[in-house]
Amino acid sequence: MSTTVDTVTLSPSYTRRVAVHPWALAIVFVSFILSLPLIAVAGSFLIPAKDIWQHLLQTVLPEYIVNSLFLMLGVGVMTALLGIAPAWLVTMCKFPGSRMFEWALLLPMAIPAYIIAYTYAGVLDASGPVQSWLREITGWHYGEYWFPEIRSLGGAIAMLSFVLYPYVYLISRAAFIGQSICALEVARTLGCGPYKTFFKVALPLARPAIIVGLTLVLMETLADYGTVQYFGIAAFTTGIFRTWFGLGNSAAAAQLSALLMLFVIVLIYIEYWSRKQQRYYHTSSRYGFLSQKKLRRWPAIIAIIVCSLPVFSGFLIPVGFLMKWASLTYKSVVDQQFYILMWHSIMLAICAALLATVLALFMAYGKRQYSKPLTKIAVNISGMGYAVPGTVIAVGVMLPFAWLDRTIDNLFKSYFDLSTGLILSGTLIALMFAYMVRFLAVSLKTVDAGLTKIKPAMDDAGRSIGMKSVTLMRRVHMPMLRGSLLTAILLVFVDVLKELPATLILRPFNFNTLAIRAYELANEERLADAACPALAIVFVGIIPVIYLSRSISTSRPGHDVST
Amino acid sequence: MTSALELKNISVAYDNHKVIDAISFELNEGDIGCLLGPSGCGKTTLLRTIAGFEAPQDGEVWIRGIRVSDRKRLVPVELRHAGMVFQDSALFPHMTVRENIAFGLQQIHGGRKEARITELVDLLAVGEFLDKYPHQLSGGQQQRVALARAIASRPRILLLDEPFASLDFELREQLAREVRNVLKQDGITAVMVSHNQLEAFAMADIVGVINEGRLLQWDTAFNLYHRPATAYVADFVGEGVFLSGKVIGDKEVQTELGTITGTISLGLNHGAAVEVLIRPDDIVHDDNSAMTAKVLDKAFRGAEFLYTLMLASGTRVLSLVPSHHNHPINEPIGIRLEIDHLVVFPERG
Repeated sequence: MSTTVDTVTLSPSYTRRVAVHPWALAIVFVSFILSLPLIAVAGSFLIPAKDIWQHLLQTVLPEYIVNSLFLMLGVGVMTALLGIAPAWLVTMCKFPGSRMFEWALLLPMAIPAYIIAYTYAGVLDASGPVQSWLREITGWHYGEYWFPEIRSLGGAIAMLSFVLYPYVYLISRAAFIGQSICALEVARTLGCGPYKTFFKVALPLARPAIIVGLTLVLMETLADYGTVQYFGIAAFTTGIFRTWFGLGNSAAAAQLSALLMLFVIVLIYIEYWSRKQQRYYHTSSRYGFLSQKKLRRWPAIIAIIVCSLPVFSGFLIPVGFLMKWASLTYKSVVDQQFYILMWHSIMLAICAALLATVLALFMAYGKRQYSKPLTKIAVNISGMGYAVPGTVIAVGVMLPFAWLDRTIDNLFKSYFDLSTGLILSGTLIALMFAYMVRFLAVSLKTVDAGLTKIKPAMDDAGRSIGMKSVTLMRRVHMPMLRGSLLTAILLVFVDVLKELPATLILRPFNFNTLAIRAYELANEERLADAACPALAIVFVGIIPVIYLSRSISTSRPGHDVST
Repeated sequence: MTSALELKNISVAYDNHKVIDAISFELNEGDIGCLLGPSGCGKTTLLRTIAGFEAPQDGEVWIRGIRVSDRKRLVPVELRHAGMVFQDSALFPHMTVRENIAFGLQQIHGGRKEARITELVDLLAVGEFLDKYPHQLSGGQQQRVALARAIASRPRILLLDEPFASLDFELREQLAREVRNVLKQDGITAVMVSHNQLEAFAMADIVGVINEGRLLQWDTAFNLYHRPATAYVADFVGEGVFLSGKVIGDKEVQTELGTITGTISLGLNHGAAVEVLIRPDDIVHDDNSAMTAKVLDKAFRGAEFLYTLMLASGTRVLSLVPSHHNHPINEPIGIRLEIDHLVVFPERG
């Protein structure tokens, strides 16, 4: 007796599973190109520069390290204080204005640190309105009284904290909301009052999330250039800048950058570790009805003060003064030149945003289709740029571009007896490349989040009813991704518009943007004139804040789930 | 003697929408009560009112002779000494099992604390994973730890909010019986909320059926099944259908299945139109019976078949038949009525 067996010939794509797909290769290639600046910075240690180190160690390096550490410590403590308490209050309590504070507490995110630094310097300086008013009512003269010096380490800590605390606020608020209300209620049934519940259960539960928020804050603190530069604090970023442009020592600048990166790597590791911890700190997938405690009288007043303090100091006061100054100066400042600045800024930001989003789509989509360890690692590496300070990226971009320019120049000289000069250095291409290194992470994260919403089962369902890859992409994936893509474009747009140090170093000669102009005017002590470009940046910066506040008001688990 | 828990006329409202409507009941020392009802019926709200998370709009809650809630006063949750177990264990993820259990024993220190922990460990068999973290435990283990934490300090009353709902189906009844034994051993008075009647029957001494904020019946499981107070209870608890009938005597009802005689007076007028509850075990399959019904559907349940039968008039009834009587669909089979408890309600409009 014989049986016939139907055989199915497998298509090559099913049989050759080992082969690396070109798309995956392309992803690895892109991520390699984007890590070149970091490789260049790390590689700078190979250049012998012993005497430089001797010099640095004896002179400025200890100061850079100590200042940067104090800056991190101060900003860390202050953002925790400014961010956690309001997050808890708006999540758990109801008091006049609590719904408004929920989003208003995010507003300071719209202001870049360097802008708030100029503004407060203008307000609190000896010639500023506060001290003038003080002299007027007391009759004292300048020098006869003590007034806190804003241009100091303490001042820089305050400025950075005022605009960076929203990271802590946002993340700890999400953690508090995500905590199963049951865990808190259990604590109460076990005899804990509201304060004990907060300190023994809610806060420890939110700890990994708060640490993630703090690491982001500290990364921004390390990356800050505008504030420490303006306040004259010798920190890493100002040191790198000074070593390169002041002392003309690119090798030492690169090595300082590498050292700064060690700090950043420690932060990245802490962030990664805390995110992993968060998984275990997840209490529930089911949320109880969130009943907010109504506060009256004194508790309500204290809550309002705790919540309005950060909003006032981080947004309303500086924006108020900027508006006042802008109203005085806009006639002389807003001219043809100003529109060119805006045009430059917007063009640059739009190009970078589109490019970053297309790249992100390419990488995230590729990772989804050809998920191999190598592609995953490549994509993850490309997503780390957010942690790298703009100054370091600028240094890292200049090194390979300068090498490329020199090589091309030499080639042309030897073959055609022709000097090409600098082709790429100091061009928009170099700048755009730096933006990709720094901000691809932003678009990548957004697009990736959008893609995870498209479950593999949807692909299977589409294929099972006969959709081809292209149809699937056009009819299923793209419509579902549209929102994420727009968000990615928007977020990168705003980030690029606000960016200062990389733009400052890499921009083509005489190419100005709003951020650069504000920086230049402030450094010329023309603070009032700097108000117009600064305000323009702040207003654009509000866009993602609105977007964020809308998404947090809709993401309240337990708010509409009845028991 | 004062009861361990007493609710007097409790009403709870959200934004003028009444969620709980004048519920009263009492629970004796050491008894386990269960609030049974569909989701959204208000049973969880009632439990939270007992715990002190919700304030009643009207009525009083008394725990062991102390008034803890009324219209004006609300003893704070943390002072009520009411243990609570939630559907998802709500263990503190940043503490080990031991620390979680000890969290409930904050007022007790030293040797007495250790002794109580040892006692609980034995009682709930959680010894193996005492130093593990909650995420390393299975759902059933987590619930056992949550229970140990809740009863650690011997609460005046234990409240359980759907404690088995997130567990595997097979595990539920087993754990329900285990928990019942633990509570009985420790002499703890408890109120559980559930939408699963098997769970409720396995756990509770007394069960209250709640629908749309009203307590319809507060009774033993046996009585809920065999002597339901309302048509809703009859329908919600167990399986069954209603058959139209007419009262023809003090204890007699005429239906299309014949005359059914009960043991107690119906208290209804002669000739009144009624609905008679027919449970699947009230209809017995008998091949010799003259009365037949057509098999419409059948569900195999191991020892038995649950047949859906169509009577001559087109009315459907259910019948539980030993599974060696395997009849094909559409075949008429002989049936006989065997009703121990005649349950009759006036016909609904």
